[in-house]
Amino acid sequence: MSMDVKTVAKVASLARIRVESDELDKYSRELSGILKWIEMLDNVNTDSVEPLANVANIELKQREDVVSDGNYQQAVLKNAPESLQGYFAVPKVIE
Amino acid sequence: MAYLIRGETGDWEMVIGLEVHAQITANSKLFSGSATDFGSEANTQVSFVDAAMPGMLPVLNQYCVEQAVRTGLGLNAAVNKYSVFERKNYFYPDLPQGYQISQFLHPIVGKGVVEIDLPDGTTKEIGITRLHMEQDAGKSVHDMHPKKSFVDLNRSGSALMEIVSEPDIRSPEEATAYITKLRMILRYLGTCDGNMDEGSMRCDVNLSMRKPGAPFGTRCEIKNVNSIKAVQMAIDYEAQRQIEVLENGGVIKQETRLWDPAKGETRSMRSKEEAHDYRYFPDPDLLPLTLTDELIARIKATLPELPDEKKHRFMGDYGLSLYDAGVLIAERERADFFESAAKGRDAKLCANWVLNELLGRLNKDGKTLSDSPVSAENLGGLIDRIADNTISGRIAKDVFAEMMDSGTTADSIIDAKGLKQVTDTGAIEAVIDSVMAENPQMVADYRGGKDKLFGFFVGQVMKKSGGKANPAAVNDLLKSKLDG
Repeated sequence: MSMDVKTVAKVASLARIRVESDELDKYSRELSGILKWIEMLDNVNTDSVEPLANVANIELKQREDVVSDGNYQQAVLKNAPESLQGYFAVPKVIE
Repeated sequence: MAYLIRGETGDWEMVIGLEVHAQITANSKLFSGSATDFGSEANTQVSFVDAAMPGMLPVLNQYCVEQAVRTGLGLNAAVNKYSVFERKNYFYPDLPQGYQISQFLHPIVGKGVVEIDLPDGTTKEIGITRLHMEQDAGKSVHDMHPKKSFVDLNRSGSALMEIVSEPDIRSPEEATAYITKLRMILRYLGTCDGNMDEGSMRCDVNLSMRKPGAPFGTRCEIKNVNSIKAVQMAIDYEAQRQIEVLENGGVIKQETRLWDPAKGETRSMRSKEEAHDYRYFPDPDLLPLTLTDELIARIKATLPELPDEKKHRFMGDYGLSLYDAGVLIAERERADFFESAAKGRDAKLCANWVLNELLGRLNKDGKTLSDSPVSAENLGGLIDRIADNTISGRIAKDVFAEMMDSGTTADSIIDAKGLKQVTDTGAIEAVIDSVMAENPQMVADYRGGKDKLFGFFVGQVMKKSGGKANPAAVNDLLKSKLDG
């Protein structure tokens, strides 16, 4: 499987990563190479193998429904580029 | 009766499926230990998990899982013992993770069914496609600053159930009936408070039009439809819009549209188009969720009596009409109140008092049943005094009004005000005699054939006795004296 320039541009935009147009060709080649390498796995017959969620034999951890966290507004907002009146302030987004 | 819309080229039928997002009633969030109360100060109910700080890991809230299972069982649905949390990827300022943890290929609940009650007294089954658990996003506020949007993450990470219906709905009335019944079931189960004003229940409408009997047309998804009234208005608007497009030779483009309640219209959300590439994949931070038969059986054993069962029992055991039973079961609390008031009493009389007097008065006073000054026990006490002829139905209304003001019992009011009904025939006869003596002409007219005057005499006797004379005794005695 190869990844053309158009797909690279689309994936970059979905991931909000800026890729300049003169870089697209390079990434297309590199990503295609990676995909091709992974394609080796197709040589293994997995018809009778169940998907594996984890290699250790553990179950999903669950917790009790108890309030045990939160209530630290200042800490939550600390890394925000801008905050006002206890809110994150971002450029206006409106439909 | 099919609900059809007449267009220029003939009749059109609507095909509707609803996606309801219901916030799961729980103390803490789906994957973190922060609180879920509504209306708290911005960003106070946020943990580092909800704010998506690097390295934070989600840990599943066991109670939310049980709530989802409970809801599935209440919707007569298949509970899947194996389900998987996946990441639904998109960017929006109120989604700090850049993805929503949701369920996609393997939801926790599969196909089910809800029976809806239509205004004409018939019922219809609406299929449930699936129910899955997911995280809620935060909230953007656009009107607090001229150039900025404000983001509050208090809701971020709260547990939601997305309940998807089959495209079985054919009219705005059916859509309303479906949401009403779904809300009722969730409230009975205690899995969602159903409060649409606070956003605990939100609705997306999928709608397409077709000629009756034709295959399904292309649908549009309408978002932001957040009240029952808005559902009806959005459906009416969108149906007309699609008919117009189709009749003018156009084609419906499958798209997401936004309901604008201020303008009363739906409009295309272009930004959503590209975002539709959600690139779901299993969340590597969470293992698949497996449920045991024991857990499902344990939850099943604690299910309450659901609205439809209760309605049929009220009709069968108490002889109530479909309408009265329907109003009483609309809220679980109301049904419980009625049952404790009606215990060992005339159930129809109790139903009348609860429905006409109590609910009417509470509504007038802007109160709910939970802050009713008259308890079920005290209402029952009042009804006992009607049943044993201590007071008439008319006096009972005065006593009831007094009970609503003071919160005391019927007996104490009857005693204090001396309202006990007069059944002593001697006393009633004396009143009748004086009324007849004061109105000789009326007596003569009545005896001359003006039967209708009987009501006048009853009225005068009741008035003179302060309403306390037993009406049946008054009727009997008056008749024999006037005719005699």
